[in-house]
Amino acid sequence: MNPTERKPNDEIVESMKGVEKAFILGCQGCPIGCETGGQPWLDEMTQLLEGAGKQVTGSALIDMICNKAIVGIKLGRIVDQIAEAQAILVGSCGVGVQAVGNMVGRRPIPAMNTISMSDHQGLWPSEERCAQCGQCVLAQTGGLCPVTLCAKSLINGICGGTGDDGSCEVSSDRRCGWLMIYERLEALGRLDDYNTFNEPRDYRKRAITDANRHTMRWALEVAKQEEQDEAEQPTAN
Amino acid sequence: MSKLQEKLATGQFVVTGEIGPPKGINIEPVMHEAEEYLKDSVTAVNVTDIQTAVMRAGSMVGCKLLIDRGIEPVFQMVCRDRNRLALQSDLLSAALLGIENVLALTGDHVVMGDHQDAMAVYDLDSVGLLKAMSTLEAGSDLGVDMKGNPNELDGAPTFFKGCCVTPCAPNVNAQIAKLEKKVAAGAQFVQTQAVYEPAEFEEFMNKISHIDVPILVGIVMLKTAGMAKYMNRGVPGVSVPDAIIQRMSDAAKEDRQKVSIEICGELVASMKDCCQGAHLMTLGWDHCVPDIIAAAGLA
Ligand code: SF4
Ligand code: SF4
Repeated sequence: MNPTERKPNDEIVESMKGVEKAFILGCQGCPIGCETGGQPWLDEMTQLLEGAGKQVTGSALIDMICNKAIVGIKLGRIVDQIAEAQAILVGSCGVGVQAVGNMVGRRPIPAMNTISMSDHQGLWPSEERCAQCGQCVLAQTGGLCPVTLCAKSLINGICGGTGDDGSCEVSSDRRCGWLMIYERLEALGRLDDYNTFNEPRDYRKRAITDANRHTMRWALEVAKQEEQDEAEQPTAN
Repeated sequence: MSKLQEKLATGQFVVTGEIGPPKGINIEPVMHEAEEYLKDSVTAVNVTDIQTAVMRAGSMVGCKLLIDRGIEPVFQMVCRDRNRLALQSDLLSAALLGIENVLALTGDHVVMGDHQDAMAVYDLDSVGLLKAMSTLEAGSDLGVDMKGNPNELDGAPTFFKGCCVTPCAPNVNAQIAKLEKKVAAGAQFVQTQAVYEPAEFEEFMNKISHIDVPILVGIVMLKTAGMAKYMNRGVPGVSVPDAIIQRMSDAAKEDRQKVSIEICGELVASMKDCCQGAHLMTLGWDHCVPDIIAAAGLA
């Protein structure tokens, strides 16, 4: 489980500046567990984007967006709606947003921040990694995560250590994450995104609060169980 | 205003040097060389900050010792070892010591150095550090008070803020995009990674003609042909042409330093018309600096 919280609507609209046609894709895995996603989210986002004057070319809910095979099969059927869109608003954890970016030649925009479970990664079927930084910047990086792809977790661009073969300074068998991001942005025609200044990270988001803990499915289950137990037991007085 | 800033503002071609503090406290030899050979020949001297992640004495104290000897320092700061509290605090401390020129660098990863098991910090990156300097100059810091308002400094510092770029990197466009970001964050001058290919450097300068900050081309002294070959293999974005390597390997052992001085002089001479200065990194051969300047026709 990768718990998420919704990004503020203003931030989502800001990330979609210049986008006229968008596709909306929601995950029905973890975001259901932490009650951030699903059909109600999809309806709200459709309203939000249409309210901001954008055309929604289509939308879909997928069980596990982190599973690229499922993403491929599901989106394969609605390729036209996706091709028509300039960007895809994705309601999932950072792994899912990256998986969509890797599967589809469109810019994925995160609608959620993946919040810390203190390094527990949950399900990751492939190479996408999310460090649960709580301030998802995938909208500015073409859907590739600088926190996990860059050895220094730099959030404002490439360092001077990239090898001539495009490898990362720390290891020849690891590609420079920021070079990958640059190339992705170039391919998407979004090099301007590279110039966005990302504020220093807020490390308070690394702390797991009780509120975060309770976004986990098991926490909800425990709560539901307690509710049930209470309903079944006659009260003492 | 620092001498470096002043000279660059008047359009004079500027030369800077560089020293590295020792691993240990025996700093006198380095200071002696700086006083003897750099003081009268360069405008300012960079002091490296735990360069290549090899633990050694700090940059700030090196800068202060230079100031005591009447030499203007450039305080190099990497983001690898300190979080934003320590970086900002060190900036204030530096200003209190009379340090004005600060060069913001990301910093080599700890795995490049001799404490590979250390934690790498990177709380701020070079862009964030430049922004932090600009913020301090404006009388505030990166934090907020109890009410969420910007903190107010009791006395604001002024810096001459610099950054680095690799002009001959294969990924030069990604480098340039980052440079634009650094300038937007407040960078006022640039010292480049080593350049050995004047034609490629000129191409780079044309590509960044829209960026209005002085560029000091980086020159690293070659000590042997083997070092040049090593740089070609191991130092990103640096490539020493075969002709230069040949000249080094053809030189008799006792002539190597002389040939290296000639090479550096020629490089500076061939690039001085397309940039605003040269940053000489002599790797301990500080006594060669006056000769390089003469060989470049700048004396
Ligand atoms: S930027 Fe990376 S680490 Fe942060 S939430 Fe997004 S995917 Fe996860
Ligand atoms: S080489 Fe690339 S991935 Fe490696 S630390 Fe530098 S910017 Fe990050």
